Amino acid sequence: MIEVFLVTGMLIATTILICLYRAVFGPGAFNRVAAASVIGTKTVVLVVIVGYIFERPGAFVDIALLYAILNFLGTLIFAKYLERGEVCSA
Amino acid sequence: MFSLDLIVNGVTVALFVIGLFFMFSGAIGFLRFPDFYTRLHATGKCDTLGEILIIVGLIIYDGLSPLSAKLLFLSFFMLLANPAGTHAMMRAAYVTGVRPWKRGEARQ
Repeated sequence: MIEVFLVTGMLIATTILICLYRAVFGPGAFNRVAAASVIGTKTVVLVVIVGYIFERPGAFVDIALLYAILNFLGTLIFAKYLERGEVCSA
Repeated sequence: MFSLDLIVNGVTVALFVIGLFFMFSGAIGFLRFPDFYTRLHATGKCDTLGEILIIVGLIIYDGLSPLSAKLLFLSFFMLLANPAGTHAMMRAAYVTGVRPWKRGEARQ
């Protein structure tokens, strides 16, 4: 069953590489922020799959949970910065 | 003998394949669509669905355990967080005047 996790992890990594093109060549800041958010959500799944590859999923699911929340916050903060030009006005 | 493990592993593999299909389609859509809104339109939905399918596959593989409860919470959180983040970015782009692509225009 571990081969299934390995193949799934590799395929998810290839989708991340596909999205990396937009992160590098994206015409504007918005495309790059979107690429960062998309790669973040894919990394969450990749971390959980790696946890199952190492046969110690308990630790990795917590990391995935934390990263999902952080990625969501990062997306919101980027959106706010791009919209208003500043994040926390004094 | 047609053991239970075979069924569980089979369902998990099937869910992984479907989830990966949606992830690949989202990634290709993110690359090929002409402008920012359509790109985020593609990945906002396909990524969330692909991810939830893979995590539900892991929940089925894992059976009834506190770990699958955490995985269930993770998939539920992603169900809420991804569209909200996509909406925030789309709104930020729209407010700052990123014009949607129209037919016949050059790709952005």
